[in-house]
Amino acid sequence: MNALTRRQALTSAAAFGLSLNLLARTAYAATSSQKLVFINCRGAMDGLSVSPPIGDADYSALRGGLAITDNALKLDSHFGLHPALASVYTLAQAGQARIAPAIATPDRARSHFEAQDVLESGAGGVYGATSGWLNRAVGALQSQGKFSALSIGATAPLVLRGPAAVSSWSPGALVNPQARLPSLLMDLYRDDPLLGPALARGLETETMAQDAMREDMTAAPPADLKAYAKQGQDAARKLGDTVAGFMKESGGPQIAAISLDGFDTHANQLGLIAARLGNLDAVIDGIQKGLGSEWPNTVVLVATEFGRTARANGTGGTDHGTASTALILGGSLKRGGIIGDWPSLKGSALFENRDLAPTLDMRALFKGVLADQMGLDRKVLDTAVFPDSASVAPVSSLV
Amino acid sequence: MADRDLEAAIALTRFGLGARPGELARVRSNPKAWLLDQIRKEGADQPQANPATTQQRIAEFRDYGEAKKQAKYAKANGETPAEYDPVKMAQKQIREETGGDFAARAQLGATTDAGFRERWTLFWANHFTVSATKLATATVVGPFEQEAIRPHVFGPFATLLGAAETHPAMLLYLDQAQSIGPDSPAANFLRRPPAMGVGQIDVPKRTRGVGLNENLAREILELHTVGVDGGYSQADVTEFARAMTGLSVGGLREGPATIGAPVFRPQAHEPGPRTVLGTRYPSGGKEQAGAILADLAAKPQTARFICGKIARHFIADDPPQGLIERLTQAWMSTNGDLGTVAATLISAPEAWDRRPAKFKTPYEFLISSWRAAGGSPKDIAVLAPTLTALGQKPFSPPSPKGWSDDAMSWAAPDAIVKRMAWAQKFADRATADRDPNILAAEALGAQLQPATATMIARAESRPEGLAILLMSPEFQRR
Repeated sequence: MNALTRRQALTSAAAFGLSLNLLARTAYAATSSQKLVFINCRGAMDGLSVSPPIGDADYSALRGGLAITDNALKLDSHFGLHPALASVYTLAQAGQARIAPAIATPDRARSHFEAQDVLESGAGGVYGATSGWLNRAVGALQSQGKFSALSIGATAPLVLRGPAAVSSWSPGALVNPQARLPSLLMDLYRDDPLLGPALARGLETETMAQDAMREDMTAAPPADLKAYAKQGQDAARKLGDTVAGFMKESGGPQIAAISLDGFDTHANQLGLIAARLGNLDAVIDGIQKGLGSEWPNTVVLVATEFGRTARANGTGGTDHGTASTALILGGSLKRGGIIGDWPSLKGSALFENRDLAPTLDMRALFKGVLADQMGLDRKVLDTAVFPDSASVAPVSSLV
Repeated sequence: MADRDLEAAIALTRFGLGARPGELARVRSNPKAWLLDQIRKEGADQPQANPATTQQRIAEFRDYGEAKKQAKYAKANGETPAEYDPVKMAQKQIREETGGDFAARAQLGATTDAGFRERWTLFWANHFTVSATKLATATVVGPFEQEAIRPHVFGPFATLLGAAETHPAMLLYLDQAQSIGPDSPAANFLRRPPAMGVGQIDVPKRTRGVGLNENLAREILELHTVGVDGGYSQADVTEFARAMTGLSVGGLREGPATIGAPVFRPQAHEPGPRTVLGTRYPSGGKEQAGAILADLAAKPQTARFICGKIARHFIADDPPQGLIERLTQAWMSTNGDLGTVAATLISAPEAWDRRPAKFKTPYEFLISSWRAAGGSPKDIAVLAPTLTALGQKPFSPPSPKGWSDDAMSWAAPDAIVKRMAWAQKFADRATADRDPNILAAEALGAQLQPATATMIARAESRPEGLAILLMSPEFQRR
């Protein structure tokens, strides 16, 4: 049986006339194991390869040799998944994965950096916010009780930057806990607003990592290119498994953010995207299997800054476009078809006669997930988490 | 004079790459003059790297591709492999060469007496990022810096821009080399129906189309010149991309002498006049793109965008507006003379605030650590794993935007722990029998804080003292 979400608990409590205040606290305690993983595929991931619209009459003609048709993993007569997304496909068949095939941020400039800023800041336009929406969501959740979040990677992504304290971790150097240096530096950083909190959190996470990593991460150097690609996937699966390990620790993070690079497929798209999606699939598989019994409490969101041109370009790739695909996965997802509408690839339907047109604002999906999965109120979502976004209604009935 | 001690410390750390033992004493007589003297028309210093040019590296890389194909063919035909594997040999060579390029640059940074000149150069190399993340550019980032960037860092911006954008490394990195005018003679030739009889030949399935690739055009506008708010539209990007068609890198067709060299293929150039940012450029050959580049270099948006970036890189993540104004005026009144812009930066009072506002990038942290210890990185093996773990893999920025240099990007909790782990190991090897109290005074001078000095004095070992210095809040900043 699925755990009752905070929102559902509140609704039923109201129906029975119970004291909301009292129940809110109990409900929070009961659902504090709710987890969310945000995976940002940087470089503009090609939605038309992630979830090829096999039922769209114009798809093959626009894409030529880049179209994924015969080998697509069929979801229904309209959409498939890229063959490299085998684990996602298995989850989709169990009703635990859905696609939003024509989604975009409010930004239309086709610049990676501007669009990534908008995607991660959650603002209505560029330079609208200097902190990330996930950080502000963490801040709202922290005001309700103990709550922690973790970014994976050597540098902190904008989506988790901001006033709420969060941790970061990447595989690598282990610290000798016996050495004096960490405590000496903690002392030296007492009045340093940047280094003090950063070192404290880093040391805490490092201790946790030693428990979370159940196996040795070092692998033998790859023998050839095929082995290298394989190791890429093995390493990706291991990363997902380690993130799951963190999240299962007592007191571990309930929100995690991961960035995957390299989706900017201007040339040789077929091979490049297969390798990148293979890694994405392996990360998701690692998270799902690693979480095990916690998977029903978890939602994984996969998004990218924008999509790519509907037509193939002159160099076996695609250029910067507009709408792309987002994925939502989770053990307690509600069944349903695609999220948002399909605008079709007809010439007249293309955005500026070149890109898949967006039918869904990225913030609507994010808000829906934060409401259903993390129990955040609409008002907080409309103002604090996604500033001035009252007109963007959350997607409903996701979890 | 306390002020001159502080100025010397700022000159060496904020403008340079950190102080080596003895340098503060040499610079303190006139810190500003010491900085201004580093500006010179002939450009930056060249690292003592392998002298192979971009052209040689690209040719080498093609040979490697050929050897790989042949080895695959031999294997498929059941031939026993040769005693040594040519593919592995070539891979090793490539790895060693590029690693050598990076180590040579780091050694120059660690030992140079003109630290500002090198920092100024690194800024421009990052502004015109070519990353080794692409296979085609894996071996040419070092030569690109040496050929297209270093000679031009104190000359007119237009010259630097022209050298960077038309360099084979940039043409390969941002896909310009393959871009073909959709209505050019080359495109029409490639689209022709197959001749009778061709069907018998086993032609590989063609997934590569022929046509335009707008990647470089877009990034020139967005990142290298007017900036994302520079007032251009999608139509400007496409028009500019059309104007640049024909700019490419020599291949087998042009003959062995031009493999890897910059070439202009008139037959691939999109015919016709172009309009970019409201200016009409008559039809022509490569001078069409050249004229557009020259106009972009002269735009006030370009001056403002890049001067803001200079101020953010050298002075503060959120720099004083007055400083950006000052730099922009110097740029505009000299048609982008970069030597004058550098001198203006040095002379600006806003640049000499006593508090170090910038958090060092991993590369700056490592190089300044070697400088503080009076050493130099031996080879790539002592650099690459640490820089990669700290998020700044050698020659491999994740995107054409280059490395960011704000504190939020580099001061994540995990990164601080990794810096500490590295500092501990580095100090174990580097200290020998030297006194960390003296090393601290020589590295930070007037910027050394009492709390840090006290903790170093009380350290239980020399390496611990040096590690405290390297991890101190004032050494982590500049």
